[in-house]
Amino acid sequence: MASNFISRGFTGKRRQPEVANRVPPGQYVTPDFPVLSAGPTPRTPLDQWTFTIDGLVREPVKWSWAEFLQLPAQSFVVDIHCVTKWSKLDTHWEGVSIDMLFEYIDLEPNAMYVTAFCDGGYTTNMPLVDIINGQSFIAYRYDGKPLPAEHGGPARLVVPHLYFWKSAKWIRGLRLTEKDKPGFWESLGYNNHGDPWKEERYW
Amino acid sequence: MAIDRTDLNLSLMLDGNAVAGVLNEIFALEMTASPVECASCGREGEMGTLLAFMQAPGVVLRCPVCENTILRIVQTPEAFYLDLRGAVYLRLKRISAA
Amino acid sequence: MKRILEWQIATVKSIRQETPKTKTFTLSLPNWVLHKPGQHYDVRLTAPDGYQAQRSYSIASEPERTGEIDLTVERIEDGEVSSYMHEVLVVGDQIEVRGPIGGYFVWEASMGRPILLVAGGSGVVPLMSIIRHRAAVGSTVPMQLLYSSRTPEDVIYSNELMRLQNSQYGLGIFFTFTRQSPAGWTSYARRIDVPMLREVTGPLGNKAQAYVCGPTLMVEAVANGLLQIGLGSNLIRTERFGPTGSIG
Repeated sequence: MASNFISRGFTGKRRQPEVANRVPPGQYVTPDFPVLSAGPTPRTPLDQWTFTIDGLVREPVKWSWAEFLQLPAQSFVVDIHCVTKWSKLDTHWEGVSIDMLFEYIDLEPNAMYVTAFCDGGYTTNMPLVDIINGQSFIAYRYDGKPLPAEHGGPARLVVPHLYFWKSAKWIRGLRLTEKDKPGFWESLGYNNHGDPWKEERYW
Repeated sequence: MAIDRTDLNLSLMLDGNAVAGVLNEIFALEMTASPVECASCGREGEMGTLLAFMQAPGVVLRCPVCENTILRIVQTPEAFYLDLRGAVYLRLKRISAA
Repeated sequence: MKRILEWQIATVKSIRQETPKTKTFTLSLPNWVLHKPGQHYDVRLTAPDGYQAQRSYSIASEPERTGEIDLTVERIEDGEVSSYMHEVLVVGDQIEVRGPIGGYFVWEASMGRPILLVAGGSGVVPLMSIIRHRAAVGSTVPMQLLYSSRTPEDVIYSNELMRLQNSQYGLGIFFTFTRQSPAGWTSYARRIDVPMLREVTGPLGNKAQAYVCGPTLMVEAVANGLLQIGLGSNLIRTERFGPTGSIG
């Protein structure tokens, strides 16, 4: 895809970051919030929506939407980094931390990895250690308003320290596993781990 | 597919014509007129009629009838990755030598 | 013989303002090859640091104009490539292109069937290539264009379309406006719907082939409408434009 030809006067619509040490290598800062999707927007009615944690747990747990909204929620302000090279700084979310949700389960000793599963069939995977200890949350509000469907509403996973394809939209649950199971993009060329600071984009 | 005029994601959806350049790069053939059968529902149609989701880490082509994934393409600086498991077959027309 | 698709450096021969938001760029191609009406070219811009942006634009010109192509491009707010082309590119500049691309959404006069063309906004561009080609080869195959625009100032190629309708046998042009009609307008003034499709398609008979091009939502609605009036799904060809006004 390389080209020796340079288009006169073209710089693209990227902006130079004011705070360079907040932007991982190869990324540019955008004020927009691009919509990236692998399929049509799922439309699960809220009275049918549930969030489940299952797999290698002593007992699976499931919340309805009403129950989920009763859980203690927090505000989060985080920077997010998409593998398609845009980064967005200081994004505002509200939701429930994964640590809070894990208070309701007992992990089996051999639970090492997590797969997020979503409406529409999307999945993504990560080691358990990447999702606990304040590193991720389930968000249902963005920028002070309910999370719009095209950005993953009613609820999505947010894991800001990994590339944003891991922040699964339209999430319906987490499955604890013993072995790592590459998800939708991890099974087709995208890095299994996805650390933007090490530019872990591809295989 | 139901049409929701407020759905930004839907308005970004294109069709297989949008992937013609990439497919031509991969296969060195014009692909949009190539028939493909959906492994999920059996619908058969030209590649140009598939629903294309381009605004993603990769391209996803879906069946216009059942919306299941037929084809996925990822481009990295070094390689193309192709997942064709959603297609029963892809028919590529042979071009006879001039 | 198989032709390998490669990038080439085209030169901007002329730029023409069609409407307040659209311009036609005539590009001279060192490796021009015959295209089919309905096909497109990919355009690629490269910044000094290697950053690239790429879009696909339909060919507006007929294949009979050798050595060059017309790309009609709508200026999209915040559009990376369209704003470069509208605001920076001048006659004499070079631009990287690749094509022609496409084999599904194409028309050739030899196809024989009566043709229905339905355009939404800048979706008229590939259909214009079809109409121009039909005129260039003197084809008398019955052809109707139904062209939906928001307002009269958004209509691309309006003078040429009227001139072709008057000079070409068997060509019918129909406009509809969804936001504002011209003063004294008595024809269609609403979104394309089933009764409108029925009226425009009627004279073509039930063996017509349809080409529908425009924004995704419009294409879905029109394709459904054509199925409802009895066109077979295998006779409806569609091409969706994104909000960028291009195919990709």
